[in-house]
Amino acid sequence: MTQPLVTVNDLRIGAVTDAGRKVEIIRGVTFDIFPGEIVALIGESGSGKTTIALSLMGYCRTGCSISGGQITLDGTDVTALPERKRAALRGTEVAYVPQSAAAAFNPSKRIMDQVIEITAIHDLMPRDQAEAKAVQLFRALALPDPDHIGERYPHQVSGGQLQRLSAAMALIGDPKLVIFDEPTTALDVTTQIEVLRAFKSVMQKGGMAGVYVSHDLAVVAQIADRIIVLKGGEIQEVGKTQQILHHPAHPYTRQLLAAFEPVPHVSVAVPQVDKPKPILEVVHLHAGYGAIRNGVPEVPILKDVSFRLERGRNLGVIGESGSGKSTLARAIAGILPPHQGDILLDGQEMRRDLKNRSKEQLRRAQIVFQLADTALNPAHSIEQILGRPLTFYLGLKGAKREARVKELLDMVRLPANLRHRLPSELSGGQKQRINLARALAAEPELILCDEITSALDTVVAAAILDLLKELQRELSLSYMFISHDLSTVEAICDDVLVMLKGEVVEALPAARMSAEAQHPYSRLLISSIPQLDTGWLAGLEQDPNLVAQFANR
Amino acid sequence: MMIERSSAFVIPTPKRLGYSFNWVGRIGLAVILFWCVIAVIGPWIAPHPPGEIVDWDYFGPMTGDFWMGTDYLGRDIFSRILMGARYTVGISAASVALACAGGVIFGMVAAVAGGWFDMILSRLLDAFNGIPSLLFGLVVVAAVGSSIPVLILTLAAIYLPGSYRFARALAVNVNATDYVTVARARGESTPYLIFTEIFPNILGPVLADLGLRFVFIVLCLSGLSFLGIGVQPPNADWGALVRENIEGLSLGAPAVVFPSIAIATLTISVNMFIDNLPTKIRDRSE
Amino acid sequence: MPKSLLPWILVTQRLGIALLTLVIVSFAVFFATELLPGDVAQILLGQAATPEAVAGLRTAMGLDEPAMQRFVGWLVGLAGGDMGTSYVNKMAVADLMGGRLVNSLRLAGVTTLVSVPIALTLGICAAMWKGSLFDRTVSILTISVISVPEFMVATLAVLIFAVWLGWLPALAYGANVDSWSAMLRAYAMPVITLGFVVSAQMIRMTRAAVIETINTPYVEMALLKGASRRRMVLGHALPNALGPIANAVALSLSYLVGGVIIVETIFNYPGVAKLMVDAVSTRDLPLIQSCAMIFCVSYLSLITLADLIAILSNPRLRR
Repeated sequence: MTQPLVTVNDLRIGAVTDAGRKVEIIRGVTFDIFPGEIVALIGESGSGKTTIALSLMGYCRTGCSISGGQITLDGTDVTALPERKRAALRGTEVAYVPQSAAAAFNPSKRIMDQVIEITAIHDLMPRDQAEAKAVQLFRALALPDPDHIGERYPHQVSGGQLQRLSAAMALIGDPKLVIFDEPTTALDVTTQIEVLRAFKSVMQKGGMAGVYVSHDLAVVAQIADRIIVLKGGEIQEVGKTQQILHHPAHPYTRQLLAAFEPVPHVSVAVPQVDKPKPILEVVHLHAGYGAIRNGVPEVPILKDVSFRLERGRNLGVIGESGSGKSTLARAIAGILPPHQGDILLDGQEMRRDLKNRSKEQLRRAQIVFQLADTALNPAHSIEQILGRPLTFYLGLKGAKREARVKELLDMVRLPANLRHRLPSELSGGQKQRINLARALAAEPELILCDEITSALDTVVAAAILDLLKELQRELSLSYMFISHDLSTVEAICDDVLVMLKGEVVEALPAARMSAEAQHPYSRLLISSIPQLDTGWLAGLEQDPNLVAQFANR
Repeated sequence: MMIERSSAFVIPTPKRLGYSFNWVGRIGLAVILFWCVIAVIGPWIAPHPPGEIVDWDYFGPMTGDFWMGTDYLGRDIFSRILMGARYTVGISAASVALACAGGVIFGMVAAVAGGWFDMILSRLLDAFNGIPSLLFGLVVVAAVGSSIPVLILTLAAIYLPGSYRFARALAVNVNATDYVTVARARGESTPYLIFTEIFPNILGPVLADLGLRFVFIVLCLSGLSFLGIGVQPPNADWGALVRENIEGLSLGAPAVVFPSIAIATLTISVNMFIDNLPTKIRDRSE
Repeated sequence: MPKSLLPWILVTQRLGIALLTLVIVSFAVFFATELLPGDVAQILLGQAATPEAVAGLRTAMGLDEPAMQRFVGWLVGLAGGDMGTSYVNKMAVADLMGGRLVNSLRLAGVTTLVSVPIALTLGICAAMWKGSLFDRTVSILTISVISVPEFMVATLAVLIFAVWLGWLPALAYGANVDSWSAMLRAYAMPVITLGFVVSAQMIRMTRAAVIETINTPYVEMALLKGASRRRMVLGHALPNALGPIANAVALSLSYLVGGVIIVETIFNYPGVAKLMVDAVSTRDLPLIQSCAMIFCVSYLSLITLADLIAILSNPRLRR
């Protein structure tokens, strides 16, 4: 058997908190990486996956330090080296591809200078030779105009291209190990495919070993040979990709996989009333930002959006960044007054501007935002946050109000004593439940959900979706569910709108999205969602013309 | 029974309240409190009457009787510094309270209201910012004459635009957050947004800014007094004490040095306190 | 709208605001001095003057005209270089100012030349070795300097260099600056004082600007490429901090305006500030107005310059 390239033995990393207390964030992690092998580190936020990956370069972020264990890289004990010797390894032995290439490129220097900087720092080769090598890498990474792209500045190329350029930057020093730190998380799905393909092909050709850090099992399935599942700074399970996907041993791994399986949505039966008015109807809606001139705003976003949402049904809105899906929710809520078109709530017209709507109308349609962190006032207790809409809309005070707050907490499956806490003292999932409870406090009929599960870890997000479904059954709600994640939409919606550049390109039934999609963009978008299947990326065939036409590269 | 009692009574140290507060900050706070107390009780504990000539020697050295020497007329400097604390601390505190109260209220209203109100107010107050502070004081105080109310109002007027700018910038950021958007989408009124949603979230930085502005006001007041247009004789704040005794500088008289040191201890300790404010310990043991 | 035009639109806007501010400021200066207690003609002629004489002087000085009309006349005069006549010694204000202005500008110039290079070097080095003994010493020193009044820095300088060390003259401005050493001795004390005040601000702001860029992901990326601390700071952080640093320099120099008033008074330096402080005590209206305007214009140009640099150095607006 070959010698491992990297051995990590009982690695422990400590951090010092504000209070000066020491906590262990990595608790005795042991694993090997063999030459030419790609190992994925999978875990939720806070699982320590990035910390472990960075420690392979002998680097810890401010406040952290390696407190025990050993990292051996190609025979050298990295943990025992002084900082200067560690710096000598970085770029030559082990290289790094960052999560956000847009932030990792220096905005004031040309791309070429940054790509070949490693050769200058470590004195590897003369400049013209380095440039020639960089152009070769650009070509291998399928970058457009490889001969001249290096002359540009970072803000002159797209996000997907920058991400591939950052891979070139890592590969220029012929490292033995490349660390990919969630390199496609910030990208749109249609762009992600191109980048993943490029990474996979250069890694195969170069025969380098890699560490791929991600929270997304489907992405990892396409590129990794082995998967290490992490939680709370400890390894839960290690195994070959196929084994982890199909025969997970550890309960946590099973939980992760289960969260991935779309649970088909069953429409709720609504008590049929005589007046079958849709709960929400939007007619020829136009909206945008900036001063309005000649009836058109400076930056028009939404163009002629029309749809109906029947009572008790759920509508999904999908699209990539910049498609205007969040703007649509804001326009309906009146936060961004549309400049043309009508919004009807239960057949009754709602004025475009928030200020002209009645309290009753505002109460019946509530909006829930993506980031619970910023949607809850950090200075208010949970009781105040939930109590305010009760007082404002329903006039509840004192003991009645307190009782209702407890009921609401119970409704979102949180303990009643949580009401005395501040938002900063809750976990991400708890905050999102409070965020939801605040909307429920108004006793609404329609809830606009703007990417409410996108910032959450997979398992937590799945629990929130289950909660939404239960609440719908209990309270006969209707949801408008905005998301970039198709499996989420599939799990909760009856109908789906596909948006592109501010327009609705197609309306589809959620359960048969991939089968019934007609519009080329819908087909491209749906086919770009990674599947939990190791052969998916290799077998995926997309029309390059379509990709060029629609993808945000 | 006894044990229960003693455990029920705990001294509320910062750590027990969930705050960490380092020693530099504690020393700063102690010095600030010390001068505040002196400002109130100074005249009663002064060893000599501050306004009377008590020594035949002028610019006298430090002795057992006159701890910080005597001034250009032979008055006791120690007593005069204790008395001067009342002017320096009092005038500065009153001005900073006015400046920050006005600045923060206008700033929050401008941030939430936006539009023309915001634009005109911002432009006007920015124009005031375009006048160097000492010069502004020089011209106004010279024009309407120097008295304590005039000094307080002038200093407040000089530092209000800065406070406005600071509070407005903070309020604009808070106003753009999702929780304020949620409150607005709920249909809340502007006063509710300003006082309940925004104000608690800018309070911390505003208090820190208040401290810094207090330092600026102490410096500006001292500068005005040093130029002879601040607190008028026979009363004297610390800046005026330096001015009165500047002739003694070439003699190395303690009469020049101690008032300067008094100013420095106050301003440096405010800075020390601001830079080392008690911070909430965020990580409760999970 | 082409994107390349945006910075220039902002620049024009900023210049317009500066001009508007100047008008408001001049308005404030004119009417503040108008508030001076007592009738100017009465003060000039003394208590013994007959009412006819006072009335005659009022008419001659144009004090009977409405204030607004006098304001416009004054503004037009200023723009044409006519700053009026001093009440006290009947000389043209322009003549009184001429030499004084050169003196003040020379003081400011020498201070800038001395303090900018020193402050930038110290600020950048403090940021590069953040948390080191050097950094902490510099931080404590700069905090101390900005927390104390300018006159205290001046008195300390006199105590140290004149009283204890005896290197430099104490409170005198040598009229005969014919030799280099004499000039050095004459300028040393005011320049040291002003330099301390201005550099303290500049060091703090430069340090903060560089540290802010050091904390960006692209500097961390440089570290992960194996770059040395020096390369990270000088090669990656500094080029992106140039705009904020230039802004800091311009903003710090505006502290010169306040500092120069104290420094010229304490060292008896024959500059515009000394002239103005004297004019305040003699209530010489035209002189106060003109001096105040000079200070406001220089202050305003510096803060406007700082704003312009901030606009033009914003990488999002470039190209």
